Amino acid sequence: MELIKHIKDPLLELKNLTVSYNKTKEAVTNVSVGIKKNKVTAIMGPSGCGKSTLLRAVNRMHALYPNIEVQGEIFLNGENISSMSDILLRRKIGMVFQRPNPFPTMSIYDNVIAGYKLNGIRIKKNKKDEIVEKALNDVALWDEVKDSLNKKGTFLSGGQQQRLCIARAIAFLPDVILLDEPTSALDPIATKKVEELLVELKEKYTIILVTHNMAQAARISDYSMFMYLGKLIEYGKTKNMFINPIDKRTEEYLTGKFS
Amino acid sequence: MSRKNNMLKQKKINARILKDKIFSGVIFLFSFITISPIIFIIINLISKGYKQINLSFFTETTPDTYEAMVAVSNNKIIPGGILNGITGSFLMVSLASIMAIPIGILIGIYLYENSSKRYANIVRDITDILQGVPSIVLGLISYFWVVKNITNGFSALAGSTALAIMMLPLIIRSTEETFKMIPGTIKEAAIALGVPYHKIIFRVLIPTGFSGLLTGILLAISRIIGETAPLMLTALGSMKVSFNIEKPISAVPLLIWEFYNDPNMVNLIWASSLFLMIFVLTLNLLSKYIVQRSI
Amino acid sequence: MNSEKTTKLILFFASLIVIFILFGMVFSLIDGAVPIFKKFGFGFLFSSKWNPTEGHEAYGALPFIIGTLVTSIIALLICFPLAFSTSLFIGEYYKGTKLAKLVGTLVDMLAGIPSIVYGLWGFYVLRPIIIDLGFNDQGYGIFTSGLILAIMIVPYSTSISTEIISMVSKDLKEAAYSLGATRKDVILNVIIPNASSGIFTSYILAFGRALGETMAVTMLIGNANKIPVSIFDTGNTMASVIANQFGEADGLKLSALIAIALLLFLISGIVNGIGKIVIKKVY
Repeated sequence: MELIKHIKDPLLELKNLTVSYNKTKEAVTNVSVGIKKNKVTAIMGPSGCGKSTLLRAVNRMHALYPNIEVQGEIFLNGENISSMSDILLRRKIGMVFQRPNPFPTMSIYDNVIAGYKLNGIRIKKNKKDEIVEKALNDVALWDEVKDSLNKKGTFLSGGQQQRLCIARAIAFLPDVILLDEPTSALDPIATKKVEELLVELKEKYTIILVTHNMAQAARISDYSMFMYLGKLIEYGKTKNMFINPIDKRTEEYLTGKFS
Repeated sequence: MSRKNNMLKQKKINARILKDKIFSGVIFLFSFITISPIIFIIINLISKGYKQINLSFFTETTPDTYEAMVAVSNNKIIPGGILNGITGSFLMVSLASIMAIPIGILIGIYLYENSSKRYANIVRDITDILQGVPSIVLGLISYFWVVKNITNGFSALAGSTALAIMMLPLIIRSTEETFKMIPGTIKEAAIALGVPYHKIIFRVLIPTGFSGLLTGILLAISRIIGETAPLMLTALGSMKVSFNIEKPISAVPLLIWEFYNDPNMVNLIWASSLFLMIFVLTLNLLSKYIVQRSI
Repeated sequence: MNSEKTTKLILFFASLIVIFILFGMVFSLIDGAVPIFKKFGFGFLFSSKWNPTEGHEAYGALPFIIGTLVTSIIALLICFPLAFSTSLFIGEYYKGTKLAKLVGTLVDMLAGIPSIVYGLWGFYVLRPIIIDLGFNDQGYGIFTSGLILAIMIVPYSTSISTEIISMVSKDLKEAAYSLGATRKDVILNVIIPNASSGIFTSYILAFGRALGETMAVTMLIGNANKIPVSIFDTGNTMASVIANQFGEADGLKLSALIAIALLLFLISGIVNGIGKIVIKKVY
């Protein structure tokens, strides 16, 4: 089981990460991996393999739920994040969820800068306008919504809403963007747009993407992790993994023997 | 992101974390304040009331004020009890139940069966309006309808009428809600078997929803048993045990009101209130238990 | 089927009963109130006279309208921070835990205590405290009544608010947390905006209940038929004046009390109606 253990200068490093529920069930067991900067890393595996759980451990979402325990260490830019508060960490690591969830009581404009508002960060109006325009431009939504910035985001299509959520996540200029099956609730056209967007975004951001769609992983990711029953089975350059999987289980998954 | 930059940010964030902690602290404090009255009330009632509770409390009628005064000045328990109140409450609650439950269930069924019709929605709205009418207004109404026109004087019937009008909306709503929770397939199965309409209601729906209906009834009873205001205008009160619905009658809350107005009877207030409260809480717990068991 | 038609007819006639009761009530109230309005016209609503002596009889409802509104508003103001905090406690902070269930049950128990018991407790336990604090010599008054009313309406506002708050979707809260929000930020910026109509309604309905409360207020408000000058002054509410003055009332005085009952009926009906409309619109 030879994995690429040493990514040179990983932006994000997970060491011996274990996540357990109610002190008994382990959803993620002893995962160690380094994530390369400015690349798209996909986490694949059958349902229940722990990929979402692993993703959510990175920005400490599990801290919200007292029955979940996380062990192990995470390093961002070489720094152990355990010294960082949850809040600071989550400004550096953004998240996009499976179902688009723009805040229904806020306008599109306010949704994009929601991060700043929630954190109580005050900025001048023109700076805010700049941030909003840039974020919406980066997600290719600016032209579509620039005349309706004050409307609530619920009239947008599913794909547009999801791009709005991505804009909201990148308004903070985080180091890493985590996406948890971001296109599984979208139609094929919207999916394609989001996938193209992620490929563009990797120039500025480091992207980790959980997907249950291996074709998606093959299309847009540079590196892939294959997980099964909570363990990291294989990790490497996507091309290599698909053409020449090392572990038998990886091969079986990729050839559709189980999903 | 340099280390120093992180530390500066961390300081600002610590301020926010502190605000967050203070906020939670205030929330917890206020929550604690919110539940403290019930604890105090229970403690007060028990500590002040237990002394007067003995067998005669339940079996004898109220003493007159002179007896009470003598007992208090000798530091003894006031003789007598609240039997007249217990029997009076029992009679009126029973009568109110007879008046309100069958009709309430029928109306609840009507609303359930016709929920989409405009007329049914109007009936439902009217039920809600009725539910919001202050109990003293209901007492006044019953005064005019029954005391003045039917029994020519204060009476148990008048009291029961006021209580029945209070119970009615509660029974109607809980019946409708209970039936709405019965899976539609059960009704369909009965229809498919050719069961006649009224039998579906009485042999299928009502038995299936029995625990829900029972809960609604218990809660309605617990609601009216502590009511004083409407009874003041209708039942008036009495020193004797009576089962005559055309005459004035006592009730536990009415006795508490009488005791309150008589300085010699103060000790009996707490015992009676304790009794009333235990009764109400028991009914509430019983209905919660029934709900749990049926799930 | 004939029996089906009969059954449906019976059900229909049953439904007429509530309509009959409500309209009967309105009719009786109006009928009983006619004498006083005939004599004083709408001035009755704005007058604060209360003189039962024969020959000089004059009655006015203003002090009681004010008494009702002021006590209920005080009750709402005191109730709001308490009930809101508790609903956050149960519906957010400790959502789903045994502790939340326990606190919820304790709050529900507040609703089960009869009004007269609250009156007694207020009379024997709260009043001495108010006297000790020097607010009022006798401990009676608008404030004391408002305070006890607040405790009485807490369970109603808490139970509805808690439900609404716990219904705010996990996705939205997680989105806010993922942006670095603290719990307080999530409550203020996500939960409250998304639950605002439901929370608002719960307080409207609680207010509606406070308007009609009789016994506890009767025992603590001091039974003074005048407009209170300060919140520690005595007074009367629409409900308490009916309870207090019904005993010997007849003729014009009785008609005045009925008119007050009619007003009470209308005001509480309108308030409850507003609450129901708001909640229907949103949910």
